[in-house]
Amino acid sequence: MRRYLSFRDFDWPLLGMVLLLCTVSVFEIYSATLHTKYEHFHTKQLYWICGGIVLMFVMSKVDYHRLLDFVWWVYGFCLLSLVAVKLVGTKVLGARRWIKLGPMHFQPSEWVKLVLIVMVAHYFANLGGRRLTWGDIFKAIGLVGIPMLLVLLQPDLGTALTYTPILLAGLFLGGIHWKQAAILGAVGLVMVVGAWSSGKVLKPYQKARLTSFLNPDNDPKGSGYQIRQSLIAVGSGGVWGKGAEQGSQTQGDFLPIPHADFIFAAFSEEHGFTGAFLVLLLYFVILMRLIQNAQTAADMSGSLLVMGVVAVLTFQIAVNVGMVIGFMPVTGIPLPLMSYGGSSVLFTFLALGVVMNVRMRRFVN
Amino acid sequence: MVPDRVNRDEKLPMLKLTLVQYGILVMMLVLTAGLWRLQVLGGDSWRMLAEQNRIRKVPVLAARGKLLDRDGRLLVDNYPSVSCFLVREQNRNIDNDLPLIAKGLNLDLEQLRATLHRYRLAPGYQPIPIKQDISPDEQAFIEAHRNELPELETIDEERRLYPRDGFAAHLIGYVGEVSEEMLNNSAYAYYEPGDVVGMAGVEKTYDELLRGQDGSMDVIVDSHGREVGRRGIQLATPGQDLKLTIDNDVQRAAELALGDANGAVVAMDPRNGEILALVSHPSYDPNAFAVRIGRAEWSKLVTDPNHPLMNKAIQDQLAPGSTFKIIMSVAGLQEGVVQNMHVNCAGGGSFYGHFFKCDKHHGVLGVEQAIPLSCDTFFYAVAERLGIDTIAKYATQLGIGSKTGIDLPNEMAGIMPSTQWKMKNYHEKWYAGEAISVGIGQGAVAVTPLQLVRALSGIASNGHLVRPHVVDPGQLKPEFRQAVLDSFPGMGDRQVALNSDTWMTATEGMAAATTTGTAAAAHLDGIDFAGKTGTAQVVGGGDTHTKGGARTPNAWFVGMVPRRNPEFAVVVLQEHGDWGAGSAKLAAQVVTAYVNKKRKQENNLLLQADKTPKPVEMGAVWSTPESVTGGNGAGVGGGRFEVASDSRPVRAVSGPAAGPRFAYPLATIKDAAKIEKVMGHPKNPQVPEKGPEKPDVIARAAVLPERYRGVVSGGGR
Repeated sequence: MRRYLSFRDFDWPLLGMVLLLCTVSVFEIYSATLHTKYEHFHTKQLYWICGGIVLMFVMSKVDYHRLLDFVWWVYGFCLLSLVAVKLVGTKVLGARRWIKLGPMHFQPSEWVKLVLIVMVAHYFANLGGRRLTWGDIFKAIGLVGIPMLLVLLQPDLGTALTYTPILLAGLFLGGIHWKQAAILGAVGLVMVVGAWSSGKVLKPYQKARLTSFLNPDNDPKGSGYQIRQSLIAVGSGGVWGKGAEQGSQTQGDFLPIPHADFIFAAFSEEHGFTGAFLVLLLYFVILMRLIQNAQTAADMSGSLLVMGVVAVLTFQIAVNVGMVIGFMPVTGIPLPLMSYGGSSVLFTFLALGVVMNVRMRRFVN
Repeated sequence: MVPDRVNRDEKLPMLKLTLVQYGILVMMLVLTAGLWRLQVLGGDSWRMLAEQNRIRKVPVLAARGKLLDRDGRLLVDNYPSVSCFLVREQNRNIDNDLPLIAKGLNLDLEQLRATLHRYRLAPGYQPIPIKQDISPDEQAFIEAHRNELPELETIDEERRLYPRDGFAAHLIGYVGEVSEEMLNNSAYAYYEPGDVVGMAGVEKTYDELLRGQDGSMDVIVDSHGREVGRRGIQLATPGQDLKLTIDNDVQRAAELALGDANGAVVAMDPRNGEILALVSHPSYDPNAFAVRIGRAEWSKLVTDPNHPLMNKAIQDQLAPGSTFKIIMSVAGLQEGVVQNMHVNCAGGGSFYGHFFKCDKHHGVLGVEQAIPLSCDTFFYAVAERLGIDTIAKYATQLGIGSKTGIDLPNEMAGIMPSTQWKMKNYHEKWYAGEAISVGIGQGAVAVTPLQLVRALSGIASNGHLVRPHVVDPGQLKPEFRQAVLDSFPGMGDRQVALNSDTWMTATEGMAAATTTGTAAAAHLDGIDFAGKTGTAQVVGGGDTHTKGGARTPNAWFVGMVPRRNPEFAVVVLQEHGDWGAGSAKLAAQVVTAYVNKKRKQENNLLLQADKTPKPVEMGAVWSTPESVTGGNGAGVGGGRFEVASDSRPVRAVSGPAAGPRFAYPLATIKDAAKIEKVMGHPKNPQVPEKGPEKPDVIARAAVLPERYRGVVSGGGR
């Protein structure tokens, strides 16, 4: 089996596109953090990217079937780590999300994403594409729901939400019938509406944060501030942008966290519609390439793995860019490959490593 | 470890993957559409918002023009000061910060809230002035809280510095923050809230010139309000400095003369109407207004029974008392009834069935004695002969009852009663008996001190009445000069035709008053000082001569030097000052100050020389440095030069055409060593090698021996 493995089969075009996006990211982080206390974050981001690439290669070397085989152990370990975070995690801004190990801070909820992708792929691959029973569906919901609940308790709504596309992709590709999907959707809607109106699940400020994107001018200095500044940044960029290091919203510190969650706003301000469109196009091509890898995968579990990655990335892009242009509430979900952040970068590259892994073994079975 | 082996057989249906691809395509299209809408369609309006975000318009405040006295001495200056403003365009709720701001800036929290409330409708970019002239401590507080209180902004400005102790306060006036009522008035359309505007005196009249033109600049700020850059700086144009006609020395003498007494002193040059001094007591401190005046302080000023805010020199309308007798004399002389009139004063006289008192038994007297002795009986008789309308005719011509047109705000017109006046104001007939008390300046007649000094000095100037003014119009632009004239309507300059015997009699009478008459105690040796006292009873007052009492008469004196065609006239009003003779003594002090200064100036040759520089011819020898001539001893020469008053030779009268390289005046040749010390030795290379046309190394007055100085600066007159 090993002799078939070769880096010739590695997805070099995909890696090229990803690295192009990373380059854009590093430059934009440099521009957005100029003259702020985050001034050297672009070099740190560079280190994270290098680390990510190494991890990606390591990840691509281990047969993904081995990952799938041992996923229960890893899943169990993940649940433990989430509990541990709740008990001994470092509290930052009122939420326990981090575990301190020596000089490093780990955010287990990011790794859980990857583990859930493998878990869901394992689960649905084993169902073999047969018509799903309600039992299958509830088991799947439980598999994703337990870690999700633990993350929600941290509380970290944004990350918890990124788990749902993994579940949805699994259900859709795993063979859910459209009637079941409709019922599930209806129940989900009722639950969300119920939770919203009961007033017990979400605090008023959280609700305000979630709805302010609909009308940022209602409270331009409070809950609508971030979204409003983001809209001003993006809109004032115009067709061609203000030029690198020239965005008044970015450089003047009006835009919140312009190197992380709002990096797309900063980029759109400085490089205009042209730049923003090209970045979206790049994302689109990357996602298409990933789906192509899912199509050529050797078996269902490989396809499911890749599609899990696709689901998470698509969700993050949609929510982040949607937030920046006022289509979505502010949830604190980073833009993959663009936003600054070690956990996010490492997760993305590990996920890509899984994809490479599947691709390299497409002729092996 | 028992791996849960994964199923490796099945494949995913391609259709579903294609569906996912289309789903992603739709999502991308939606996002692109969103970007298109924001960036391509809405770009301009968002760009504007981005600009508003980061640009803050900050005024560059213009320094107000300084006020100088007639000799160019500084009366009102500016000093640098820092004001604190509150900027609202930040993304924060300021209300929560107010307690901290109030504490740090030592403000009353309620008052601060009230200030913000007043500005609630003002546009958001406009900074709200919350405290002016903040202390260094408060400045440090603002600096230290830049992050917590980014809305606080400081602005450097120039603030008014007025003379201390209310010196000339009514004349100068004061500035204050423009009020809301003023902003609603179209006359103040120029101003914006927080601007400083002249509220009284010269500050108000000449505000347009003094205020200058504020500049502005765009300060680029970040979201914390920290300045990151500036652009579009428009510098402020400072206000015009104004030279007043006030003479600081005369003003000081007038202030000192009046002392603590309530009243007014006005000194004027009757030849051209220049006001040399204008005092009103009690005074106030205009510096208290320069920073916003406190409520308590303001109400104290407003409710003070002595009316400190009133400019008594032009606003106090009082009975002129016996000073009016000069006007009566003019009327009588012009009508030809007084010349040969003799009246027997027996401590008063009966007119229209009433006995009117005089303060003495003067016996038989004519107008020549009646003026200096201020005999009431005589002027009762004159009034009886003339009747009120004839009196009013002459008094009105002389400016009683109408504004003088002085360039100070809120001048009062005074009252000159007549039959017409009474009918108009009281709808009553005039009773002939009422004219009797008008004859001695009592009854309904009321004048301002300025009116009185203008009328009496006008009579002494042979009927030449002038428009008084405190700012020399020569320094004003023609259109503004006209605007001042238009906005202060009054009699202005006017020639009243007087017979020469009227002029002589009136002026001789006033001269006699200060030598043998009622003001004899104020006689000044060697000064041709003339004047007229007045002791005007107040309404409800009797003959209670208790100085300062509410019923004590007002004491007047109008004096001038010289008696005819005076160059200096002064009026002193002491409210409840008892006798006019006391005021005459005060006037004499002012006159003395004026005359002494005048004499000193006339005797100062250096001062005269400055005015008329005239070259003086003098001889000189010189030596050319050996380095130039080659040491053959041919470098010594001589000649005669015309030397200007600043010791600079202007022209060679005789001597070699090859001009001197270094020339020393003859007079100082024995001080050659001294000159070398001052100018540098000829051998010293530091000596400037200058051509003959600019031999300015010639000794200046400083190195000339004392006895030659007069010669050099000579000329004289």
